[in-house]
Amino acid sequence: MRVTSQAFRTRAAVALKNVELQRAMAKAKGGFVDKRRVAIEALPEFEQLRSVAREIKEHTLSHLDYYLERFESQVIASGGHVHWARTPAEACEIVVGICGGVGARSVTKGKSMVGEEIAINPALENAGLEVIETDLGEYIIQLAKEPPSHIIAPAVHKTRDQVTDLFQEHHSRYGYNQRVTEIPDIVNEARQVLRDAFLSADVGITGANFLVAETGSTIIVTNEGNGDLTNTLPAVHIVTASIEKVVPTLEDATAILRLLARSATGQEMSSYTTFSTGPRRSTDLDGPKEFHVVLVDNGRSQMLGNEFHEMLRCIRCGACLNHCPVYGAVGGHAYGWVYPGPMGSVLTPLMVGLEKANHLPNACTLNGRCEQVCPMSIPLPKMLRQLRVREFEQRLTPARMRWGLSIWTYLARRPHLYQPVMSILVRLLEILGRKRGRFRYLPFAHGWTKVRDMPAPQGQTFQRAWRQSGDGSRL
Amino acid sequence: MAKSYKHGDAGRPRVGLFVTCLVDLFRPSVGFAAVKLLRAAGCDVEIPRAQTCCGQPAYNSGDVKDTREIAKQVIDAFEEFDYVVAPSGSCAGMLKLHYPTLFVSDVVWQQRARALAVRCHELVSFITDVCGMDSVDASFDQSVTYHDSCSGLRELAIHAQPRRLLASVRDLRLSEMCDADVCCGFGGTFCIKYPEISARMVSDKMANTEASGANNVLGGDLGCLLNIAGALKRHGSKIKVYHVAEILADMADVRAIAEGEEPK
Repeated sequence: MRVTSQAFRTRAAVALKNVELQRAMAKAKGGFVDKRRVAIEALPEFEQLRSVAREIKEHTLSHLDYYLERFESQVIASGGHVHWARTPAEACEIVVGICGGVGARSVTKGKSMVGEEIAINPALENAGLEVIETDLGEYIIQLAKEPPSHIIAPAVHKTRDQVTDLFQEHHSRYGYNQRVTEIPDIVNEARQVLRDAFLSADVGITGANFLVAETGSTIIVTNEGNGDLTNTLPAVHIVTASIEKVVPTLEDATAILRLLARSATGQEMSSYTTFSTGPRRSTDLDGPKEFHVVLVDNGRSQMLGNEFHEMLRCIRCGACLNHCPVYGAVGGHAYGWVYPGPMGSVLTPLMVGLEKANHLPNACTLNGRCEQVCPMSIPLPKMLRQLRVREFEQRLTPARMRWGLSIWTYLARRPHLYQPVMSILVRLLEILGRKRGRFRYLPFAHGWTKVRDMPAPQGQTFQRAWRQSGDGSRL
Repeated sequence: MAKSYKHGDAGRPRVGLFVTCLVDLFRPSVGFAAVKLLRAAGCDVEIPRAQTCCGQPAYNSGDVKDTREIAKQVIDAFEEFDYVVAPSGSCAGMLKLHYPTLFVSDVVWQQRARALAVRCHELVSFITDVCGMDSVDASFDQSVTYHDSCSGLRELAIHAQPRRLLASVRDLRLSEMCDADVCCGFGGTFCIKYPEISARMVSDKMANTEASGANNVLGGDLGCLLNIAGALKRHGSKIKVYHVAEILADMADVRAIAEGEEPK
């Protein structure tokens, strides 16, 4: 997927004026936030679970090689295959190779953010395969030829009317000519169309929320059951998963599962939690004949032990997106790549290069709401600030910002110069702004006065007023 | 009161007031209100001359070197006091939580930064949590709503303290707004780097403020208040904006933020 994060400002401005998008976002935001709050309030041990989950992940990350190899040997022991991919290109090559090896023509997919990250769909399509997304949200945006705008609700930016239009446009070729407008009817029509795809697919590709080292199992959580049909009906099941998804035991996975759905959708558990362990055994009634896991690194091993290490604890619940006022205002597409919101603003520059995405860590007020709700206690604001340090060191900061900042710091480091200069400036502004108490326009402060008035200062600096008052005799 | 610190006259703690650059430049009345409240809480207050800014603009722009120099200047100026108090959650949070992280490879300065950090507080939480104040001598016959500034709320857990003191202000009626804890869109340099997004965020804040039915919005951080007041005025709102210290110190006779001589 092409990275367009450098167009963040333009895309954000367009998003803010997009009435349909704003309507869809407004509707979604409250739902996620309120449902999560209710779920967390009903779980007195939330904070304890949070620290347990953090410890599980930290332990695993500090022994990541061991647990990945253990996972690999368990997958092999249960009859499956494990493939290691350093880059998205390698991962795609492996997946396309597996499909080619079994002569596949059509592929069904469960929702997978790593799939988006490695851009598996275009790779498969270029190889002549038909790819069908089976998660309803993913299916909608596949029809719309758009990337997901949220990591757990990919079509959150779409209104119901837009979905109706899409279905009418694309489903007539299956004989559905009725315009469906009610949600149950929309879901039902998608279900009918997808049913044939499920039954005829040669390969099913899913992601994984967890990889369990002790059993070689992969786990997905879904609410539609599409994941189960994707990984049991076709003859081949391919799991694409990033390396930090591994946990040591089933018990560890279930501890984190208790946090995942609550943080994501406010459910105690998602409707389906599906464990896949190897291919179909001789006594199984169904299941795939082949089971492959493609482990994707894509820069993650470089994050181990550096200042972005803690980002590897992320379980992709989306709580940081749902609580981010910037994400809530502009939606996911403005961020210009696969992962939006706070977690995306950390991951995108690390994965595609800071020079291609240095807007993202800046487009944040450091208000800290993301860290407050993160079930894995990831210090997102600290990392966004750390990316700004890299940006400053690499001289990627825009020249105007750099100049403004150096004038300010030059003065701030010299109180004897700062105070008289500021006294004069403040006096001047007070005289000019006295009557109205504010300015509609100020040179050098266009970014401020473009959208709001600049309050006028009271006239003297506090320092000066204090000295003149003779130690606060004014009081 | 912590006993380990040397105290001023008659056992009164010596407080160095970190005025903050925005209060110094835009709204000295907040500084005077802070002095009044600190004295009422039993402190001796001094204003070290060698103070400018806490360094957040540089820190949040990734300029570690200059931030460190500014931090050293603040530590130099304030370490002689029993306490450092700032009428801002974000500046107090900077001194308290972020300064110690600036000197990971400099043991001496890290020690000094930590020693300062434990004695550093935001104004309202200081007079309540540390000085034990639970009421003020003030009156304000108006309805108010309170905006929780992000750094104060999430870094320093300031939420109940200003409300407790506001409850003791005679005739004041507190009417909470929805999403009081959601960012107003100020974010330091964010608001000038991304004005359109900031505008959208502050317009949500304005809508919630107006829906609360209050005539005044209060808060503990001047950055947010300049943003909220500037936006309210741009949209012709009659709602007035004050720093919470001005109300608690019974000093609301000054013009509200962004109010002119002839209110329109």
